[in-house]
Amino acid sequence: MTGKTLYDKLWEDHLVAQDPDGSALIYIDRQLVHEVTSPQAFEGLRLSGRKPWRTAANLAVADHNIPTKDRDQGIADPISRLQVQTLEDNCKEFGITEFSMSDPRQGIVHVMGPEQGATLPGMTIVCGDSHTSTHGAFGALAFGIGTSEVEHVLATQCLVQRKARNMLIRVDGKVGPGITAKDIVLAIIGKIGTAGGTGYAVEFAGDAIAALSMEGRMTVCNMAIEAGARSGLIAVDETTIDYLRGRPYAPKDELFETAAETWRRLRSDVDAAFDAVITVDAASIRPQVTWGTSPEMVCPVDGKVPDPTQESDPVKRESIQRALSYMGLEPGTPLTAVNVDKVFIGSCTNARIEDLRAAAEVVKGKSVAGSIKLALVVPGSGLVKQQAEEEGLDQVFTEAGFEWRDPGCSMCLAMNADRLEPGERCASTSNRNFEGRQGYGSRTHLVSPAMAAAAAIYGHFVDIRSI
Amino acid sequence: MRAFQKITSRVIPVDRSNVDTDAIIPKQFLKSIKRSGFGPFLFDEWRYLDRGEPDMDCSGRPLNPEFVLNVPCYAGGEILLARENFGCGSSREHAPWAIADYGIRVIIAPSFADIFYNNCFKNGLLPIVLDATIVDRLFAECGPGYALTVDLKEQVIQTRYGESIHFDIDPSRKHRLLNGLDDIALTLQRADEIRAYEARRAQQAPWLFATH
Ligand code: SF4
Repeated sequence: MTGKTLYDKLWEDHLVAQDPDGSALIYIDRQLVHEVTSPQAFEGLRLSGRKPWRTAANLAVADHNIPTKDRDQGIADPISRLQVQTLEDNCKEFGITEFSMSDPRQGIVHVMGPEQGATLPGMTIVCGDSHTSTHGAFGALAFGIGTSEVEHVLATQCLVQRKARNMLIRVDGKVGPGITAKDIVLAIIGKIGTAGGTGYAVEFAGDAIAALSMEGRMTVCNMAIEAGARSGLIAVDETTIDYLRGRPYAPKDELFETAAETWRRLRSDVDAAFDAVITVDAASIRPQVTWGTSPEMVCPVDGKVPDPTQESDPVKRESIQRALSYMGLEPGTPLTAVNVDKVFIGSCTNARIEDLRAAAEVVKGKSVAGSIKLALVVPGSGLVKQQAEEEGLDQVFTEAGFEWRDPGCSMCLAMNADRLEPGERCASTSNRNFEGRQGYGSRTHLVSPAMAAAAAIYGHFVDIRSI
Repeated sequence: MRAFQKITSRVIPVDRSNVDTDAIIPKQFLKSIKRSGFGPFLFDEWRYLDRGEPDMDCSGRPLNPEFVLNVPCYAGGEILLARENFGCGSSREHAPWAIADYGIRVIIAPSFADIFYNNCFKNGLLPIVLDATIVDRLFAECGPGYALTVDLKEQVIQTRYGESIHFDIDPSRKHRLLNGLDDIALTLQRADEIRAYEARRAQQAPWLFATH
C-alpha cells in the first residue's frame, strides 16, 4: 500500500461527508476575514436570517484599505472608510473578534494569523483572499475562497470541495549566499509557469525548504497561488513548533505538547505517491527579478530582458511583446541597467521581521539614491513594527531616506493612498506584477527584500551577491 | 441564484491568454460593499481610455474603440470566448460578479484559474473547458453575427454550422446550476453530520475548539 501525502492526511482529517460524484463536504477550522471580500457575505447572512455556525472560528482584521500614515486622522477616502467601518459593524453584530486599526495586533491578515498562533498545523484555514496559501507553511491546508464561500463558511463552517491532485516540489541542496525564500519561489514559478500548479495542492520539500525559517516558508507558500496552486504546504518540524510556542491563540502548556505530538505526524509518508514531482537544484538559484507583467516572467538579476524575436511560440512571443511595451523595456537590456523610481518593502510575502532585518542589513549606513522618488517600508503588522523598532531597524531605514509606515497591504495593491503613478517603475517585495497592480500604468518588478533595498541604494537593480 | 438551462447568443471573443482578475475588474472597484453594479466596469482598463473610479457614470466615458466589448457587433453578448488560464490572480468574486452583471452567462476557454472557476458557479455563470484546438477553431469562426447555443442539460454547444460540441461538467454543479439552488441551504440540510464531525474531532484535537 502506498503511503499518504501531507495533503491526503489533512483532507481526510476534515472530511465531513464524501459524495459519490467526487465532491466532498470539508470542515473549516479557521476563517480569517478582511474588509474587502466580506461585506457581501455578511449581507447575505443577514438577508437569510442566518447566524455564524461557530463564531470563535473567525478572526477579522482590516488591511487592504488601511492608510499607512496619519492614522489618527482616520481614513480620508470615504469609500475605503465605509468598507472598513462595515467590517467593524459586521463583526460587532455577529460577535466576531476584530483587531481594529488602532490595535497593535492589526496587520495584513496573512501576517497577523500566524503571528497570533491563530494559524496552527493540521488546520483547514480559509480567507477571502488568494494568498491564504501562506498559512500552508505550518502544515495546514489553507486556501483562498470567494465571497460566496466566505458566507458559506460563516453559516456552515464547511465548504463543498473536490480533492486536488498532489504535486511535490523538491528544492534539493543548499542555496548560495544572498539567496532568499523569495528567490526560491520566483525561480520555481519561472520554471513551472503561473498555471503550472493549477489543480494541485503543492507540497514544498527538500533541504533548502527545511532550512528556511517560518518567515521564509511563508514567503514560499504565499506565492504558491502565483504558480496556480490554491494551496502550498510544508511539513511540520521543530522550526514550526518552536515558532508557535507561546503564541496567544496557540494551545498552552500541556495541551501544547499534546498538540505538538500530533503535529509532528503532519508530513508526507516516505512512500507517498504524488501525481507530479518537480525538482529544483537549490545551488543553481540566483537572485531573481521579474521583467514582465506576470510572475512567471522572471529571470536572474545577471540576466537580460528577453528578446521576443527569439521566441518561436507565437502566443508567447506576443505576450512577451505586450509585457515589454507595458513595462517600457528594450529587449536585451541587462537587468542591472534598469533604473527604478520607487521601492516598496512590504506585503504578505515579505513584511515579516526577518524580511525587514534582511533589508536593513543592506541599507545600514547607506542612503537612498537621489533618483529614487519614494522608498517605503511597510511592516506586515503592528507587532512586526514594534519588534523592528525595538531592534532599531526603523532608524536604519529612516536615516537612509526610507519612509517608515504603519502596517497594511499598502502599495502591494494600491487600494489606499500608496501607489505608483502611470509609467513609474518599482522594485517591490510583493507578489504580483500584473498590469495596473500598484496603480494605473504602474510597472512592478518583484524581488526579495534585500534586492529591493539594494535597488533603493543604487537607483537600479544590482546583484546582491556583488555588494 | 439564477438558474441556467439553455441560451443562444452572440459570442464575445477576448483573444488574450492569462486574463487576470485585475483586468476583469480593477481593484478600485473592490471597495464597494455591494454585490451588483460592477457590469459597467468590466474590463475597465481595456474598455475605457480614462481611469475608472467606483460610482462613476460610465455613459460619457471615452471608449477604447479597439476593445472587443466596444465593437457593436459583439456588445451585449452572453457568451465569452477566452484563452487559457482565464481568471487567474486574486480570489475576488467581484470578477464573476462583473461578468454576470454585464449579462454574460457562459465563458468558454481551454482552462480557467481554480478559484475563479469555482466562483463562477456561485453566481449562475457557466464556465466551459474545451480543448485548445476547438477553442482555436471557435476563435477563427467567431465574427460579426456569430452565435452559439449552449445547452447545459444536454452538455452540448451547437455552432451555426450544425456542429455539436460536447462539454464536461461535474454533476453536482450541473444540478445546482440547472435548478438555481442555494449552496448554503443544501449544506445546512447536513447539519447533523457537521455536528457529529465536530464532536469526533474535538476528542482528537481539542485545541481546535478553543473559544477565544
Ligand atoms: S499584502 Fe497584497 S497580496 Fe497580501 S493580502 Fe494584502 S493585497 Fe493581498
